Amino acid sequence: MIRAEHITKTFGGREVLKDITAVFEPGKTNLIIGKSGSGKTVFLKCIVGLVDIDEGEIWYNDVLFSNLDFRARKEIRKEMGMLFQGSALYDSMTVEENVRFPLDMFTRMSYEEKLDRVNFCLNRVDILNSNHLTPAELSGGMKKRVAIARAIALKPRYLFCDEPNSGLDPKTAIVIDELIREITEELNMTTIVNTHDMNSVMENGEKIIFIEEGEKCWEGNKNEILKSDCRLLNEFVFANALAKQLKDTSG
Amino acid sequence: MFRFLSGFGSYWILLGKVFSRPEKPAIYYRQTMREFISLGLRSIGIVTIISFFMGAVITLQTAYNTENPIYPTYLIGLGARDSIILEFSSTIVALILAGKVGSNIASEIGTMRVTEQIDALEIMGVNSASYLILPKVVATVVFNPFLTLISIITGILGGWIVGTSAGVITSQDYVYGIQYAFIPYYITYALIKTVIFAFIITTVSAYQGYTVEGGSLEVGRASTRAVVYSSVMILLFNVILTQLLLS
Repeated sequence: MIRAEHITKTFGGREVLKDITAVFEPGKTNLIIGKSGSGKTVFLKCIVGLVDIDEGEIWYNDVLFSNLDFRARKEIRKEMGMLFQGSALYDSMTVEENVRFPLDMFTRMSYEEKLDRVNFCLNRVDILNSNHLTPAELSGGMKKRVAIARAIALKPRYLFCDEPNSGLDPKTAIVIDELIREITEELNMTTIVNTHDMNSVMENGEKIIFIEEGEKCWEGNKNEILKSDCRLLNEFVFANALAKQLKDTSG
Repeated sequence: MFRFLSGFGSYWILLGKVFSRPEKPAIYYRQTMREFISLGLRSIGIVTIISFFMGAVITLQTAYNTENPIYPTYLIGLGARDSIILEFSSTIVALILAGKVGSNIASEIGTMRVTEQIDALEIMGVNSASYLILPKVVATVVFNPFLTLISIITGILGGWIVGTSAGVITSQDYVYGIQYAFIPYYITYALIKTVIFAFIITTVSAYQGYTVEGGSLEVGRASTRAVVYSSVMILLFNVILTQLLLS
């Protein structure tokens, strides 16, 4: 479980996160939603420690992560996997080397064992016979899959996804969503996904936090989101004409 | 002034991270070997070509500017040798490498920064500064002295070939000149400068790349800054080291 308590972050005098408190549960796909510029990526980066918080606390189970120094954080970081918006695959490495990298860095496995694990992870995300391709030779969807394979190579306890569907067609986006949900359940990970894709919300939203201008405005799940009376959330969820029409029709 | 001091401070903080204990020495060794090829071996071509022609020009200019019966012609060889060893092969080659290697390092690390590849390393618990920069520092500091030696040999060879072909000096005089009053310490002086310049080029350029914020435009600017700042630092340290080592 991950707990973020009273998180505040300011950039150049502008408060981008205002006293946010949230709990992210294991075995669930936890979503942070909000429009672009609402502060959800900063919030996610604060949780993983890529951005230092001004006030508040981040807990990973019973460890106060936000108070740890770089060395102490390393132990928890070995249990983290992250899928970045642009995939962030290492350009100079092949697909196989990308997925093998965390194993090379943090395990004493033999080459054969590492290769087995790499192939298992790549098979799990349906990437076949592409071990020797470079990231430049992959499509957007394939890059995301390889990034997921790299993120799960060390069997992490925590998975973070920053807008995993950005730049993908709707069908591929659904496949990536399903993959994240399945892997979360399989490995009983605490998964946090940043998104503004409503398809993702309706597919994966076991727990949803809505952020608007750095403030947490609403918390619930995919069944509750359509019935919410939070005006800002409704403006976000029913932003397009089709969704508005559906809401009006259904009353 | 505040920006300069803040930048200077963060440069030293970055160096602190770079020179921390490597997580997995075998991986660092492999990375260092890659950097030997990328930053060292792939610079031999440009260093050889430039050194050959610069050696030739130095010889011709020395010859044309000392056309006087009082001066023995072997002084052309001596002048070319000392110019090449003392200044050209260490300082000028370092300036050329600041352009080639420095911009390469800044743009590579800068691109990794803006495409979140560095964040991906950090998330895994990898010391990204050390993993990305230390192998480059080791590769250039170890390999650049060889580039300097190659430059000295090629420069002197260029001077000999072009000087004798142009008829400004005989082969015997040139060979006598490059051996005359030779001070071996000059080679040591050139190599010491090379090592320090290699450190400056790599760390200043890596710092520029590592601290990029924004997009591809910023990477381009960081790359330019890397070359400019490295070059200025090389010239500054050239004065300091010359005073310290030759006085």
